[in-house]
Amino acid sequence: MIVAGIEPQAEMVHWWFATGVLILGLLFVAETIVGKEVWARRPWRRYLWPGTLFLLGVLMWPVMALYTNSMIHMVAHGSWAQVLMLSGAAELGVARGKLHSQYWRLTTAAAMLVSGTAFLVHEQNGWYFARAAFLHHALGWTLIGASVFPIAQAIRPRSLVAATGFACTFLVIAVLLYSDRDTAAIFGHFSQFAGLPHR
Amino acid sequence: MSADIAHELQAKGEERVEARGTRVRLVLGMGPATALAGVAWALLQPWRLTLLHPHGQGFWWLLAEPPLYVALVGVLFRWVIAPGLVADLEAEE
Repeated sequence: MIVAGIEPQAEMVHWWFATGVLILGLLFVAETIVGKEVWARRPWRRYLWPGTLFLLGVLMWPVMALYTNSMIHMVAHGSWAQVLMLSGAAELGVARGKLHSQYWRLTTAAAMLVSGTAFLVHEQNGWYFARAAFLHHALGWTLIGASVFPIAQAIRPRSLVAATGFACTFLVIAVLLYSDRDTAAIFGHFSQFAGLPHR
Repeated sequence: MSADIAHELQAKGEERVEARGTRVRLVLGMGPATALAGVAWALLQPWRLTLLHPHGQGFWWLLAEPPLYVALVGVLFRWVIAPGLVADLEAEE
């Protein structure tokens, strides 16, 4: 249950996570531009995005605990926390040299598939109910569709198309998360059951 | 070494330098482009910046300034990440 006035609103949490995802997106784009060899020249840089991914997973736990509007919300947030941490940990292992297989990138694909499914499953309303509902559907399908990129990267680690698609996916997710409002119209549609709209 | 091979090597070298120059420009441009996107967003939707009308706003609303976050991420990327990347790209030579 959200304690009004003490806890930040859900839309704010989305914006904070959008900032983390935007950082990830920029790091992925930069790595794609300069190439893996140049990116890995400085040890700290190798840990940058896997660490950020892991941190986002850790930060998802308070979201799970504090924004439990329903059982399905709790399950969705909890599953995001787990798969983000799994993906971040696997990539940290690869960066450290403890894990060697290129197929560890499949954990990121799994994270995107689980996250996308969780978005779709825990949104009970239709696309045009309100902006938040639209964005949940859009985020869910974006994540599920874009999971093809880490799968392609696991099979062909040097694929520029897969790396670019993967990086751009995070920028798109950031834009979608920043667009979120708790109660706002979407393309002129707003259900009378969604509450009081604001800009 | 024949003149043809020397010309070919020189052309390939110039292509590599040009490609690296493009990559350097892209890396250096990412931060300012992101920061500009944040500023443009703030101009287009000034109501998203509660700092511009702080009266009556609570703590969380004053903390939540999405356009500023975007601009800040761009600035940080330019200051923290880009210089090292550019140096490493140039060292690749």
